[in-house]
Amino acid sequence: MKYNQLSITQAQELLKKKEATSLDLTKDCLEAINTLEPKLNAFVTVFKVEAEAAAKLADKNLKSGIWTFASHPLAGIPIALKDNFSTAGMKTTASSKVLDNFYPPYDSTVVKKLKEAGAIILGKTNMDAWAHGSSTETSDYGSTKNPYDVGRLAGGSSGGSAAAVSSHEVIAAIGSETAGSIRQPASWCGVVGMKPTYGRVSRYGVVAMGSSLDSPGPMTKTVADSALLLSVIAGLDPKDATTSPNPVPNYLQELAQTSISGLRIGIPKEYFLKDAQPGINNLIIEASKQLEKAGAKLIEISLLDPKYSIADYTIIQRAEVSSNLARYTGVRYGGGRELLGAEAKRRIMLGTYALSSGYYDAYYKKGEAVRQLLKDDFSRVFESVDLILAPTTPTTSLPVGASADSAMFGELADVLVEASSLAGLTGINIPVGFVGGLPVGMQLIGRHFAESTVLAVAHAYEQSVNWKDNH
Amino acid sequence: MMPKKLILTDDAFATLIKQANVFLSDEEAKNIKNQLSEALDAVSILKELPTDQVGKTSSASGLSNVLREDVAQPSLTQEEALSNASVAHDGYFIVNSVFESQDN
Amino acid sequence: MNSSKNKYQLICGAEIHVELNTKSKMFCGCKNDPFGADKPNIYTCPVCLGMPGALPVPNKKAIEDCILIGLALSCKIASVSKFDRKHYFYPDLPKGYQISQYDEPLCYDGLVETSYGPVRITRVHMEEDTAKMHHAVVDGKKVSLIDFNRSSVPLVEIVTEPDIKSPEQAKEFLKKVRDIIRALGVSSCDMEKGSMRLEANISLSSDGNLPNYKVEIKNINSFRFFANSLEFEYKRQSDILDNGETPVQETRGYRDGRGTVSQRKKEGAADYRYFPDPDIPPLVVDDIWLSSIKSRLPKLPDQIAADLVKAGVIESAAKIIVNNPDYFSFITAILTLEPSMVKIAANDLVNKKIDVNTIPEQYLKAKKAKADDKITDETILKPIIEKLMTENQALVEQYKAGKTGVLGFFVGNVMKATSGKADARVANKLILSLLN
Repeated sequence: MKYNQLSITQAQELLKKKEATSLDLTKDCLEAINTLEPKLNAFVTVFKVEAEAAAKLADKNLKSGIWTFASHPLAGIPIALKDNFSTAGMKTTASSKVLDNFYPPYDSTVVKKLKEAGAIILGKTNMDAWAHGSSTETSDYGSTKNPYDVGRLAGGSSGGSAAAVSSHEVIAAIGSETAGSIRQPASWCGVVGMKPTYGRVSRYGVVAMGSSLDSPGPMTKTVADSALLLSVIAGLDPKDATTSPNPVPNYLQELAQTSISGLRIGIPKEYFLKDAQPGINNLIIEASKQLEKAGAKLIEISLLDPKYSIADYTIIQRAEVSSNLARYTGVRYGGGRELLGAEAKRRIMLGTYALSSGYYDAYYKKGEAVRQLLKDDFSRVFESVDLILAPTTPTTSLPVGASADSAMFGELADVLVEASSLAGLTGINIPVGFVGGLPVGMQLIGRHFAESTVLAVAHAYEQSVNWKDNH
Repeated sequence: MMPKKLILTDDAFATLIKQANVFLSDEEAKNIKNQLSEALDAVSILKELPTDQVGKTSSASGLSNVLREDVAQPSLTQEEALSNASVAHDGYFIVNSVFESQDN
Repeated sequence: MNSSKNKYQLICGAEIHVELNTKSKMFCGCKNDPFGADKPNIYTCPVCLGMPGALPVPNKKAIEDCILIGLALSCKIASVSKFDRKHYFYPDLPKGYQISQYDEPLCYDGLVETSYGPVRITRVHMEEDTAKMHHAVVDGKKVSLIDFNRSSVPLVEIVTEPDIKSPEQAKEFLKKVRDIIRALGVSSCDMEKGSMRLEANISLSSDGNLPNYKVEIKNINSFRFFANSLEFEYKRQSDILDNGETPVQETRGYRDGRGTVSQRKKEGAADYRYFPDPDIPPLVVDDIWLSSIKSRLPKLPDQIAADLVKAGVIESAAKIIVNNPDYFSFITAILTLEPSMVKIAANDLVNKKIDVNTIPEQYLKAKKAKADDKITDETILKPIIEKLMTENQALVEQYKAGKTGVLGFFVGNVMKATSGKADARVANKLILSLLN
């Protein structure tokens, strides 16, 4: 077995027993990247030299005892980052040619925390340019292909991270979600994707897309890995005024301590779309039965039709995008606005329109009011259930080129995750099986800051099945 | 309420391009104008949701008064600040004169 | 002003920008000292350079200073307020938007009295300054050089209602606002250094109603220029109105010696596409926070002037003192340290032109020491002693007869006559020589 195929917890076991070194892990990942990249295109930049040097240092520090697995919970673990996380002195493009030559003078808070935890930063993964999309097809560096079928898409915008984890190019990765950008590619690539509550993980140093929505989070092979990674990257950040002062639990420890017996799981009928790809809804119902067997109580619930969240998200996100991309003028860094891609320009134009005087009330203000309705809708439901369970996406991975057919492609692919994103809730995607040989994902949505519950239920599900062996 | 059909004159569209500060080829401009209409049509379903009873919308984080103390911290060096600029001069960032079209 | 003076009423509203003198910038920890920086771009960071992913975190002191200004201008303080993004593209604006306050300013509905009538304050809000641009020729090309040391320095904007009716009132109002802010100690209000900047919105009315146009004058860097631009615009606009036309709604700049010059015509109002900044949670000013800010509110020039008059200083002198920032801080200190000395100090300031750089404590000490001085001057003591001797000839005789004890009588009475200030040693010596 190659070390790159391990999960974080498995790799840690080997490091602890001194049966492998960080350099072993790193080299196997680099080798896998070398082999698979021509087909997958999951990375924009690979930090080969730097990663090997960091791995050697980690090995040295672990050997001398300067680092312990308590002081450095990710000691020696190679991790990939979506290319919208600022890395000091290391190219950060957000997959846009505008930032083709941008070397930030600072680390994003997530990167700082990962480094402090001893992680090895292996490279930067491909994404939709500026995170605008659900396919990586808007990337200026080519799209990322799905490891299960390279004629299909990895999803997006964190498609590179999802594909890299799925194909074992890396042990784990970090993505970011505005609405679906972690859960949807995780679903299409068959990995765990954890979207934390808005404000749980710092946005400082993450190239902004929708500032009121962006949530960095882990993309991993197991739920336990997501729990471990989240414990490292979450928390109050004095540099991000929207981060929560709530204490960060040890999510990994809480996995074992949280019982799902008696937990009320809501099944929203509106999320099982009539025109969903056949087979998907059934798999999700089966998965819910699995949880029922484990002691959870299933309750049918009703939420606002998700079609409204598409419309609402479109307005809010485009407005914020038009503002957030105004800084890219090529004066202080990067190239000029002539390098902006078609999707970015489309979004800027719509957002500019929605904010312009005369239309502000009809669009942006209305959008904010509907957003409040969506929040209230979830609050109401969470009075009677502890968790919401639904399909993550209504289809499995679509063929390469699919996004070009529809200006609203992303919104349709993300139809089932946008409402919870607009409400700032936490959610997770976990693989539940295959339809036509392609992965299907189930999402669990929790209350604000209920990451422990979401992870515990996902973990219980993961432990109760062994579908991976019989597909 | 939301306009039923988007009425965007050529002048208004040109102003929008200027405000958005984007460069569009004729082809792109045509496409985006159509897509803009489509998108605005699509979002008009929000009209179906009455929102007059919605109270003040809360901020995404639900927090308030997140402030920092007035303490000066180290800055980037001048070299670091300018390191990503395509052109710099004498410690300054530099752009074509902004006064060319104005009186002086 | 010309003969049309009575035909039109000048209507002017002012916009005043004041840079706060906090230690750090508005939304990042960079040093707030653009004027003291010896090189460009040395006080910058990802936040004030508008780098990808950088986020603003507001400076608490700056917000409190803004509220303090609002309180001093008799404003109401909003219990809930927020920051908005104001969008426009200009190379001095790194993010493509300025973080400002749109429809929920921190302070609103204030008032400043002038001897020509009150000037209502519409609002006082918090925002960030832009970078500084210099214009130069590099390699034969006209370019603009940008220095971000000033980018995101805390800036307070004060907006008035169109209540200013004359250049004289404008001057008095602006001076008053400046003196108040200086008294608060939150800004140097130095027009030359740009820490106080002025704009005027000027129109003329023939019927007392607000006309349907206004002309915006930018870049005014002295009170005199502000008044001049009012006079210039009065003449210019009344000429246009006399011809039956309406002045163009536009932005003009003030150039000394030339008056106001057209800068750009506005196609309707600029569309800044304001929306609430999602990076900054709202501000909630509760009673506890507000009263802690109020406790920082010092006595303001008007109150100090009233105190001076109460202490016996004549009104004109009191006015001179509070209008001079050096005098003002000096007299404020005296009022706290030794209220009984205020009248003397006021007199020293106005009439004796004492050095205003004297530290108030030292001034009081010197005054007291002077009051405590022993009289050693024989020309003062001699007449007193001679008078005593003339009046008490018998005792002089007794002394001469050998009764030296009477010496004590003379010394005691010299002390009495000088309220104890006579130097005993000098008095003794003088009495003895006169007796002998």
